[in-house]
Amino acid sequence: MHAERRIEEILPARMPEEILGYATPIKAELEIRGRLSRSLVEEISRIKKEPDWMRRLRLRALELFEKLPAPKWLMGVEELDLDELAHYVKPDVGEPASSWEELPREIREYYEKLGIPEIEARLLAGLNVQFESETIYHKTKEYLERKGVIMLPMEEAVRRYPDLVKRYFTRVFPASDHKFAALHVALWSGGVFVYVPPGVKIYEPLEAFFLIGRALEAQFEHTLIVADEGSYIHFIEGCSAPMYKGYSFHDGMVELYAHKGATIKFTTIQNWSRNVINFNNKRGIAEEGARIDWVEGSLGSKVTYVYPSTILKGRGAQSTSAVIQLAKGPYIKDTGSKMYHLAPETRSRIINKSISVGGGINIYRGLIRIPRGALNARAHVECQSLILDDKSYAYTYPHNQVEEPTATVTHEAVAGKIGEDQLFYLRQRGLNENEATSLMVMGFLGEILEELPFEYATVLKRVIEVEFARLGGVG
Amino acid sequence: MPNAILELRNIHVEVEGKRIIKGVSLGLRRGSIHAIMGPNGSGKSTLAYAIAGRPGYNVVEGDILLEGKSILGMEPEERALAGIFLAFQDPPPLPGVKFSVLAVALSNKKAGLEDLSRPGDPKIYKKIASILEAVGLSPAYASRELHVGFSGGEKKRAEIAQLLLLDPKVVILDEPDSGLDVDGVRQVASIISRLRDEGKAVMLITHYARIFQFVEPDEVTVLVDGRVADRGGPELAHRIEAEGYSRYTGNNRAGR
Repeated sequence: MHAERRIEEILPARMPEEILGYATPIKAELEIRGRLSRSLVEEISRIKKEPDWMRRLRLRALELFEKLPAPKWLMGVEELDLDELAHYVKPDVGEPASSWEELPREIREYYEKLGIPEIEARLLAGLNVQFESETIYHKTKEYLERKGVIMLPMEEAVRRYPDLVKRYFTRVFPASDHKFAALHVALWSGGVFVYVPPGVKIYEPLEAFFLIGRALEAQFEHTLIVADEGSYIHFIEGCSAPMYKGYSFHDGMVELYAHKGATIKFTTIQNWSRNVINFNNKRGIAEEGARIDWVEGSLGSKVTYVYPSTILKGRGAQSTSAVIQLAKGPYIKDTGSKMYHLAPETRSRIINKSISVGGGINIYRGLIRIPRGALNARAHVECQSLILDDKSYAYTYPHNQVEEPTATVTHEAVAGKIGEDQLFYLRQRGLNENEATSLMVMGFLGEILEELPFEYATVLKRVIEVEFARLGGVG
Repeated sequence: MPNAILELRNIHVEVEGKRIIKGVSLGLRRGSIHAIMGPNGSGKSTLAYAIAGRPGYNVVEGDILLEGKSILGMEPEERALAGIFLAFQDPPPLPGVKFSVLAVALSNKKAGLEDLSRPGDPKIYKKIASILEAVGLSPAYASRELHVGFSGGEKKRAEIAQLLLLDPKVVILDEPDSGLDVDGVRQVASIISRLRDEGKAVMLITHYARIFQFVEPDEVTVLVDGRVADRGGPELAHRIEAEGYSRYTGNNRAGR
């Protein structure tokens, strides 16, 4: 009964999307909705003035989409009806802006409420902002260009660097992988292309921020990052949405290619509103001695399916994946990570921390694949679940396919609760139940917060605090 | 009861429907140590939890007054903020919660700040280092997760450290000497003397009387089966040290 009351107190606390409030009606310049067809795909391609190879790529993906079976294991997506969605929404803002003042006030306000211009000024070397299906703001610091770094809205990259884009686009994550990957490739719009030349190290992060401003819309942004030999790049993606009636659909894709000795850090802070059905397709390839580090902060959305994965292709390649998943209320997070060790001396580490409360369901689904020949490959998987009441659940489905006898795979899984004794202890020190819970949750996340840049650790902490207590700092 | 800052008036406490405390009255005075002694299962910890307001420890009869006002309607955190501190006999581990993070949160909360994570007191880290030193813990404990993998003695010291940080009016120490070696007991005893000198009202719950070799109680209440079995001054503590509780129970020697 006591636990019940605690949850009662926690639940009415502000949801993250309340930071944005209800959606402001914002007029679109153009909207393409309805049944998927060749002509619909061709129309998107035409609007984007794409080269023919991209148009054909889309159409092939559409054929695959029609052929591939729908996964039968998805839960919580019953309402998803692709035929009723707007697959492409062009906001009425013209060309991407390079200063915030150029944007219409009601759009700008969304990003200001989220503190994006501030974070840009303090932290970032480049920022791409997408509203609905298109980039509306894009700005990079001058030194990037001087060092030969390319960061462009995806469409512009397709037009200006077709050969470079073509070499990687859907080569890391083929459309044939599954039905929703095919759907994404057929309909993609927006997203960012980044190329870092050999030996160039950029320590200030680049960011892309995605917002879905209305119900019954589908967003399919495509992010492709190529780090050439010995280079370093940190890319952050954030996403959010206001609240609306009905649902929206997100089916994005991220492809990373780390050439020999390169490092890519890729950090996601996903904070969609409870109206968004979120799929994401994230995969990286790491060549010899390269490194890919994923941080996936999966906080918002109605239901999420995302599994950052790395193909460790070259000798000595490394990858870590830190996944934080929060399911509060009747929502589902189905996430995890996959590591394919395709070369000797490759290393991977997955840390997954989930918090379930108020009927939330967290699922960890992971794969470690080590075929014969990946000599001395090492993988470690750690799953920790914090379950805050009897209505909530956490499941872990780690899957290991190890054929190489010299490989080592270790796995730890721990599920815990916040005990009555711990709560009383902290209350005896003067904290109320929400503050005590928040402190314990923050403690549970522990070192994973240190993987994030300070500003983003702060964003994440703030979301947790808003979710579990009013530990201050919330505007 | 004159001068009593905390007063128990004929309280009866039930836990899971079972009556554990059956009519206890006593007072804690400023600048005074009141020892609560008794064999195992006599209700000493239950008394401490009832004062601190632990859920499930229901005061079904009688009253508890802090500075003349009943605290029975107050939440545990309200009682804590009103100046009641309980050093737990066996505090729970708090995985991931570093001592310094907790200390900042508690210090901010006490100061009435809303943000509990950013230090409000610019000298807080110095303060943490000095209280850790005072209780015989190295400064490295500031970044340890509280009570995680702590020995019995380290737990006691970490409890006292929080006490020093929060500077309460009423201090309830539940077996602060168990798990400590002689030097540890001596150190805790000297801190308890200091608390008395600073004018705090101290309730010192102990089964064994050995801590009284180092700090003399002002009053002693013996609890047996949830009732007051005896009252007296320091001489009572010393008698129990020599005789145990056999006089009250017919067996159960103490003072090992």
